[in-house]
Amino acid sequence: MKWARRAVLAVLGLYFLLPLVAMLDFSTRGRGGVRDLSAWRAIGQDSELLHAILVSVELAVLTAVLMLVLLVPTMTWVHLRLPRMKRLIEALCLLPLVIPAIVLVVGIASLYSWVTYFLGDSPLTLTFVYVVLVLPYAYRAIESGLTAVDVRTLSEAARSLGASWPTVMLRVVLPNVRAAVLSAGLLAVALVLGEYTIASLLNFTTLQVDVALLGKRNAEISIAVSLAALVFAFALLLGISLVAGRRRSARAVEPLAPSAAQPLASSGAPA
Amino acid sequence: MSERDGVAVDLTGLHRSYGGVPALDGLDLHVQAGEFVSLLGPSGCGKTTALRILAGLETADEGQVRVGGKDLTQVPANRRDMGMVFQAYSLFPHLTALDNVAFGLRLRKVSTSDRRRQAGEVLELVGLGSQAGKYPHQMSGGQQQRVALARALAIRPQVLLLDEPLSALDAKVRVQLREEIRRLQTELGITTLFVTHDQEEALAISDRVGVMSQGRLEQLDSPATVYQRPATPFVAEFVGVTNSFSGTVDGAGVLLPGGVRLPAAVVQGLPDRSPVRVLVRPDALHLRAGDGVLRGSVVTHSFLGPVTRLSVKLAEADLPVRVDLPSERAHEFPVASQVGLDVEPTAALLARS
Amino acid sequence: MRSIELSAITAVIGAVVGAVLAWAVVGGRPDGFLRRTVTAAAGVLAQFGGVTLAFAFLATVGAEGLVTVALQDHLGVDLSGTWVFELTGLALVYSYFQIPLMVLVFLPALDGLRPQWSEAARSLGGSPWTYLRLVAGPLLAPAFLGSMLLLFANAFSAYATAAALVSQGASIVPLQIRALQTGEVVLGQQNVGKALGLGMVVVVAVVLALYALLQRRTSRWLR
Repeated sequence: MKWARRAVLAVLGLYFLLPLVAMLDFSTRGRGGVRDLSAWRAIGQDSELLHAILVSVELAVLTAVLMLVLLVPTMTWVHLRLPRMKRLIEALCLLPLVIPAIVLVVGIASLYSWVTYFLGDSPLTLTFVYVVLVLPYAYRAIESGLTAVDVRTLSEAARSLGASWPTVMLRVVLPNVRAAVLSAGLLAVALVLGEYTIASLLNFTTLQVDVALLGKRNAEISIAVSLAALVFAFALLLGISLVAGRRRSARAVEPLAPSAAQPLASSGAPA
Repeated sequence: MSERDGVAVDLTGLHRSYGGVPALDGLDLHVQAGEFVSLLGPSGCGKTTALRILAGLETADEGQVRVGGKDLTQVPANRRDMGMVFQAYSLFPHLTALDNVAFGLRLRKVSTSDRRRQAGEVLELVGLGSQAGKYPHQMSGGQQQRVALARALAIRPQVLLLDEPLSALDAKVRVQLREEIRRLQTELGITTLFVTHDQEEALAISDRVGVMSQGRLEQLDSPATVYQRPATPFVAEFVGVTNSFSGTVDGAGVLLPGGVRLPAAVVQGLPDRSPVRVLVRPDALHLRAGDGVLRGSVVTHSFLGPVTRLSVKLAEADLPVRVDLPSERAHEFPVASQVGLDVEPTAALLARS
Repeated sequence: MRSIELSAITAVIGAVVGAVLAWAVVGGRPDGFLRRTVTAAAGVLAQFGGVTLAFAFLATVGAEGLVTVALQDHLGVDLSGTWVFELTGLALVYSYFQIPLMVLVFLPALDGLRPQWSEAARSLGGSPWTYLRLVAGPLLAPAFLGSMLLLFANAFSAYATAAALVSQGASIVPLQIRALQTGEVVLGQQNVGKALGLGMVVVVAVVLALYALLQRRTSRWLR
């Protein structure tokens, strides 16, 4: 079977890597067949582009943080106290995948007037929209983290020792789902860095929007930036998943009879 | 279901390591046709590894597997004609009990009507004829394991393999089911290998018990022999309950700290004054009000049904000593009463130093 | 109707290829390097649609793309033309983010397959093929179909937006929030009308209902 697996990975690896290699090639084309990094260097000199990158990075961080603050306690609570709500929450979290961006934008347009009234015209208000957009992915990542560790037993043990709910969340649950939470956060970062449609519809200049505008003028630079963003996001996700996973999730209790019974592995996103 | 003559199983010289750590270190096991052998030992002793190698789910680094005289070492798992019962979660959740049991028959291209009938018969055999249409998630743990057993038996295997099938079940169900497994096995005459870490289980239902430690077989004998005449100190301590006494050799006895001499024929021949540790079972100690070779006071009573186990604090032992006596007499020695203990010279067993 | 056709096709392609890729990755340990890399890549590629994707394919099979030039120089094959906007081209492009999405969504289901099931099937005499056909296949079917539904909905909604925007002309006119909210810009309402008019609401409702139904089976069997 091994050869089948290798063949699949090889073929698909080629399919996915080819456009990336092509982008690298395109963005480094010089005159007379010589490799030329001028397009890449130009990134550092385009102030508009740099500003857009900054905005996107800020948005990414804000989105990740807000999403985690909202989602992790809620999901833990539902997991521990309201298991019947799980189906509902899961369905809700799937909605953003299914609704077209444009319907989403028009739907929240009236809401947005309140937001801009209070918070001004900054592109950072996109945070709220992005949090909604990342729900499907973040939900799955955090959910797999919650089920992999026996959160219920841990929290009951902590409660019986006298811990308040905030303590339980911060000191018991969070450290044990650290990897899943991290991967959810990174998925948020990837989403923000890659999102174009809504940002452009709402007339904000994020990384992708600026790249699109740039693309009309200078294909090489825009392709260089696109590739850079992609590779950066990937390196970030992979890097943190490798580091975080080094400390394996707590499975301190050996199964009573260590035979074929296997624990459920956590998965879905780098964990 | 008609009876079949069982086949003999031979495991010779099995070695298996995982990343440098040896799980099996030269295992030789011969199981006679129709015999029920249990492999007993603590976690990591290699008993499950041995079973899985016999099943073909894992391969040995060295050694041979012979069943009914045929060399199966290189034969893949799905052609070994063995029935295996796992510890838990092995029923296919999308199939009813009947379809689960009929699965092996389906793979053997038995016609639909025939296989449903045969599966139904085997389900009756394990007492679940009425549950044929239920799904695994609708059944209790005990019922699921019965179905798993039926599924393994339905294909009329040459050998039946059970990997701690009762460990995940309630105590009462465990006892019930182990007796049923034994009854079925005797009726059908299938050679059976049963892996467990529960010694009571192994002693209760096996023809022979193989005690394993660190990848090797320490003793393979009838349950009574293993209990009464343990071949190695490990077996002595692992099987049954024992009291431990440390001291120095003094002829045919052990000199305990505090000056008391415990008669122990087993240490005769060992050099005098060398350090030694012996084991005495709770039922080999005789309790008396008043004096005895050992003296102490009663700390606790543990009512075990027909027998009550007393915990006695002695001056001459590291831990409290456990003594058994018939429950009707337990009131003669209340907590805090002073008692004396006598021991048969032949009762002591040698422990690992 | 092109949107439904395209969405369905890319959903099927994405589902099948993604499932195969997920299977290829799940064999190893959950924290093996291969699995982490593929999951990280899937997480990123599923998000970088739109602009990045357009540029990526421009660089690959565009007028001066790597593959175009290579094929022209070495094999004399001419790739130029509008094939990228035909069904095959679009399907190829959409698959680039459909497949990673499938991997993300389907991997947990594959993890839910207990090793005891494949071992039991083997000891009962089954080959890997019969295991797939009689055990793993039926058990994974609800999760597979559910994931495929998600892929369909994802492609459909992406296409709806794209179509609405493209209909405005060659360039995309940014819409002001205020304009949207006061309905001043007629274009805004037209876009919404177009998007919604594609039966979006019905599709969404149906998809979610079906998905919920399938999830019930999956969670019962594979948890």
